[in-house]
Amino acid sequence: MLYREAGQFKTTYEADQALFPILQDRIGIVVILAIAFIAVPLTANTFVIDSILIPVLVFALAAIGLNLLTGYTGLLSLGTGAFMGVGAFGCYKLTTFFPGVNIVVLIVGSGFLAAAAGIIFGLPSLRIKGFYLAVATLAAQFFLSWCFIRVAWLYNYNVSAAIEVPQRTLFRVVVTGPSAAPTTRYLLVLTIVSVMTLLASNLIRGRIGRTWMAVRDMDIAAELIGIKLYQTKLMAFAVSSFYCGVAGAMLVFLWLGNAESESFNINQSFLILFMVIIGGLGSLTGSFFGAAFIWGLPIVLEYAPAYFGIKVASATAEHLSYITLGTLIILFLIVEPNGLARLWQIGKQKLRVWPFPY
Amino acid sequence: MHMLYQIFIDPFVQMGSAPDLFVQTLWEGLVAGVLYSLIALGFVLIFKASGVFNFAQGIMVVFAALTLVGLYAHGVPAFLALALTIGVMFLLALGVERLVLRPLVNQPEIILFMATFGLTYILIGGGELIFGGDPKVMISNQLYLPSGSYRIPALGGFVQMQKIDIAAAVIASIMVASLAVFFQKTRIGRALRAVADSHRAALSVGISLEFIWVTVWFAAGIVALATGIMWGARSDVSFALDVIALKALPVLILGGFTSIPGAIVGGVIIGVGEKLGEFYWGPLFGSGIEEWFAYVIALIFLLFRPQGLFGEKIIERI
Repeated sequence: MLYREAGQFKTTYEADQALFPILQDRIGIVVILAIAFIAVPLTANTFVIDSILIPVLVFALAAIGLNLLTGYTGLLSLGTGAFMGVGAFGCYKLTTFFPGVNIVVLIVGSGFLAAAAGIIFGLPSLRIKGFYLAVATLAAQFFLSWCFIRVAWLYNYNVSAAIEVPQRTLFRVVVTGPSAAPTTRYLLVLTIVSVMTLLASNLIRGRIGRTWMAVRDMDIAAELIGIKLYQTKLMAFAVSSFYCGVAGAMLVFLWLGNAESESFNINQSFLILFMVIIGGLGSLTGSFFGAAFIWGLPIVLEYAPAYFGIKVASATAEHLSYITLGTLIILFLIVEPNGLARLWQIGKQKLRVWPFPY
Repeated sequence: MHMLYQIFIDPFVQMGSAPDLFVQTLWEGLVAGVLYSLIALGFVLIFKASGVFNFAQGIMVVFAALTLVGLYAHGVPAFLALALTIGVMFLLALGVERLVLRPLVNQPEIILFMATFGLTYILIGGGELIFGGDPKVMISNQLYLPSGSYRIPALGGFVQMQKIDIAAAVIASIMVASLAVFFQKTRIGRALRAVADSHRAALSVGISLEFIWVTVWFAAGIVALATGIMWGARSDVSFALDVIALKALPVLILGGFTSIPGAIVGGVIIGVGEKLGEFYWGPLFGSGIEEWFAYVIALIFLLFRPQGLFGEKIIERI
């Protein structure tokens, strides 16, 4: 009833190709942004911001990065964690070299370092496909994790082998380091994520995104219609790693405050892959849903028994949460293999034709 | 120049000057390689018959070993525990087919891959819930596995061989041989190969996909149990073992996803390459290169043969 586009006529091509062609979608996105930018900082407490909102946003950005590669270009990668690590360690080195430069510039700059790493480890994709490529990207994962431990230069020869975030200010407000307020960091993360999501959605709608999707659907056919496979695949690796790198830098600088190689190991890569698949391959909205689901589920499982007054030993609870997570993943794949994004679409379609079934 | 000397010449000089040490390293690599092959074998069996990239294979190894040790700890005689564990692996195969594969039939590969991740979590959680998460000792004495070692004088020195390693190599060979016979000579084996070639064609000549899937998952379960016993006898049984699954992946791409001989040859190449690399080139880079060296070897091979050494030639049509 409310969500119906009947009567919204487009008279120009610009209006027809707009990012949100339907009025209700435009209103919806404004409302969501208003809540995220204004209502949340005013109301949410430190726990919600620090352990739910910031990580979900950071992981959503990483999931978008992997989605560009796996969902849109069809190249399965298991090296996401390592590329995030390149961003994090790169950003740390950049702050050491350029102490005076604006931190946002450095975070984005570290994305470019990750993109370079992505291009190097994306080179095998020109020859290797499918699961063979997935295992080949594991080479990146293990090699880079090893570097994060063994190459002491990366963490400035720190004894603990961890990187500590220095204090940096933006417009005279402290944004990184131990004394930065959670709300400030949240707003900065939200801004970066929003801008980069907008960029990604435009990238996908444009020529580059279309070549990616052509390669995904069938690379030989794409080559025959004149798409250069080398450029397209490497571009996908570069852009994907750029997003992951920025996410990694934000993970350390705007969320955790310190990190070591453990934060960027193989499990992190798998986690991001879960988010992409549960959220929906080839969907930016899905990346946010997936990140929220995969990050939120263990928290819910942790607090749910206490809420219902059931006492469980912490070790048992951990095992049970593993079993529940595994069962839910399988159940979810059986019910909706196309992910949460598909459910969202179905919901919107139902709203559109309501009160009729179809 | 000095660097080049250290990389390309010095290690070989070392090998030449202490041949017994070289043979010892080679042997250790071979043994590690056999165990990698066994895990890769489990992967290959399932991938061939159902096209599922079974990430849970590594966890199945741990789960099988844990079930065996756990049952023994609860007072079940060793060989009865072994039989019961085989039964558990059969139930697991049945459950996976019924609850995971059948509802997900005809889905894209990546979805099935993802589903095996779910299976991994269930097995980790379930295993730890039932048998506890602390490391356990494998009941190798009760299963009459040999212990101790031989010291063989060779090449002006000694080469030390653990008896359990020799047993592992023998058991692996027997297993591969019997699997080969099973695939080539029996009725079920022929049906398996038919399914591997084409699901649809196999269905149309009356082969039951469900039965085949249960069979391969059961076979992979038995392979996992054997691997678990062998690996557990060398170190403790705990979920830390699941990293060996990641070690088996380069073996898999090196040998090809669909080839049983490939799994064996790949395993040996990776095992030997890894140990030699760690021993002779490791000190140059700082230790720990074992973690990624296998992947680099596999990558180099892949650049020349994108489908692995023994994989089926990839033919693409439009």
